[in-house]
Amino acid sequence: MIINLQKFIDREKPVWDELDALLVRIGREPYGSFDLEELKRFHYLAERTSADLVHIREMVTQAELQAYLESLVSRAYGEIQEKQASSMRFRPIHWFISVFPKTFRTHLRCFVMAVMITLIGCMFGGGAVLFDTEAKAAIMPFSHLHGDPSERVEMEERRDEIKMEGKAAFSTQLMTHNTKISILVLALGISWGLGSIILLFYNGVILGAVIADYLIAGEGVFLTAWLLPHGSVEIPAILIAGQAGLVLGGAMIGWGNRLSMKMRLRQIVPDLVTLIGGVAVLLVWAGLVESYLSQDHEPVMPYWIKITIGMIELILLFSFLGLSGRTFRRAKAGDILMAGDENE
Amino acid sequence: MKTSKFHTQNIRTPEGVVFSLLLASPIVRMLAWLIDALAITAATTLLQWLLLMLIVISPDFAFALWFIIGFILTVGYSIAFEWLWNGQTPGKRLLRLRVVDENGLTLHFPQVVVRNLLRFVDQLPVFYFVGGTASLLNSRSQRLGDLAAGTIVVRQPRVAAPDIDEIGGAKYNSFSQYPYLEARLCSLITPREASLAASALMRRNEFEDTARLTVFRELAAHFQGLVKFPPEVTDDISDEQYVRNVVCSVYKLADKGAGKQ
Repeated sequence: MIINLQKFIDREKPVWDELDALLVRIGREPYGSFDLEELKRFHYLAERTSADLVHIREMVTQAELQAYLESLVSRAYGEIQEKQASSMRFRPIHWFISVFPKTFRTHLRCFVMAVMITLIGCMFGGGAVLFDTEAKAAIMPFSHLHGDPSERVEMEERRDEIKMEGKAAFSTQLMTHNTKISILVLALGISWGLGSIILLFYNGVILGAVIADYLIAGEGVFLTAWLLPHGSVEIPAILIAGQAGLVLGGAMIGWGNRLSMKMRLRQIVPDLVTLIGGVAVLLVWAGLVESYLSQDHEPVMPYWIKITIGMIELILLFSFLGLSGRTFRRAKAGDILMAGDENE
Repeated sequence: MKTSKFHTQNIRTPEGVVFSLLLASPIVRMLAWLIDALAITAATTLLQWLLLMLIVISPDFAFALWFIIGFILTVGYSIAFEWLWNGQTPGKRLLRLRVVDENGLTLHFPQVVVRNLLRFVDQLPVFYFVGGTASLLNSRSQRLGDLAAGTIVVRQPRVAAPDIDEIGGAKYNSFSQYPYLEARLCSLITPREASLAASALMRRNEFEDTARLTVFRELAAHFQGLVKFPPEVTDDISDEQYVRNVVCSVYKLADKGAGKQ
């Protein structure tokens, strides 16, 4: 059956035009600027245009009109079927002190796994340098670490003033470089986690080799004072990026999860963004500390101060990750404090 | 929801209405990326010139800014544009492409971030080899970032409401002199044939002269095979007018000339 096309278009075109205008407006303004009547009207227009599409497809099969109505319906569908308000206000402080640590704890198993992989890498790198001194040159990618640690310490401790020149550029270079590495660690999780595991392991190998090299040379205190102030934040940040990579890898593999891969990925995408966002914030802090504190040594910067600051940072970081965002409540029957995440 | 072999993604709404999204091919996406890469390069070059002036005042501060803004430009460009422009970057907007949720829904911010962060893998080892290979192998042309974020890139050509006047209903439809033949034509013609004829009339100005003559000759011959109108109605009209009469009869388009008779 072919309907009267002229009459149909004359009757329905005002509806399509009104829907088109509303869709353009929605693209420009959030829903907050619409009142209830306008939203109801929008819903009605979208439903009516959908019905027109069905009508035109079954009764007329007019290609141009069908393409036009499909474009209207597809645009309206995306807006109407949306479950969450895209204009929801982002609260950065709440996100960092509550959402980020909660997400970290939700995927704690992946973090522990990232730590284990890095530790195995450390043992491998440390062992290689311990048993084969020539392995150092092959393992360490940075040429400034190829020399004798004692000579470096002697040279560093010869400086008698703190130079501020170049520190701002150095800190931003560290922040951006480390953030890019962290993103790569996360992104490689798409290879069923294998890429993230390899990068974490390799990172561990370098770290282990540096630690072993300085310990063998008897420069343990220098090493601790050098690495701890920024490493206490930077290394956990890279491990959290590895955690995110393993979360992504886990969703790809889907062990013990009956959902489809598509659904598994859909579930973890917000968590990946939260984790990598938190990592970026931590790396900004680590970059500042590495540039403005870690590179200054005795006599101008006493080692005990640097080590103390590093220890405090480490304790604060893991207290924050372990406790922040938890809700404490008293048990009814006694005075024992109960702690838990709101979503637990 | 299913993907057809013609690079479209069909989506069925809860109400049972089916509509299709046109998937963008990897080649068009690459062109959009080239435009964006040019825009980033231009912005970076401009930044270099501005920072050169700042170096005179403080080289340290200038280089710090260089690292930060360079990072924001390369990593944040696509994220910012796709979020603010609802799935479009300048390159995508120029080529009428848009990133959408694979279920046809509006993009969420985490989806935008994840699909763009996974560029770090998609662009390995050079020139998006990994992402390009993935999108060539994927039926919905998804690179790895799209797979992880649950997104697709669709083509959104400008679709205007069809103008029925383009068919030319103002002219007199001589077929209406024979209502029983007109009714027979309506019962024999398929909706697809009618749509094809209407499309040909609406696009008549897009054809070259010889192509237009060929198209309307073949269409007229086909419709003449369905119903034979008397020679006094058909002898003096062109093939195009014959097809126009068919469309006006089938779709019952208003015969504006009828009132003047």
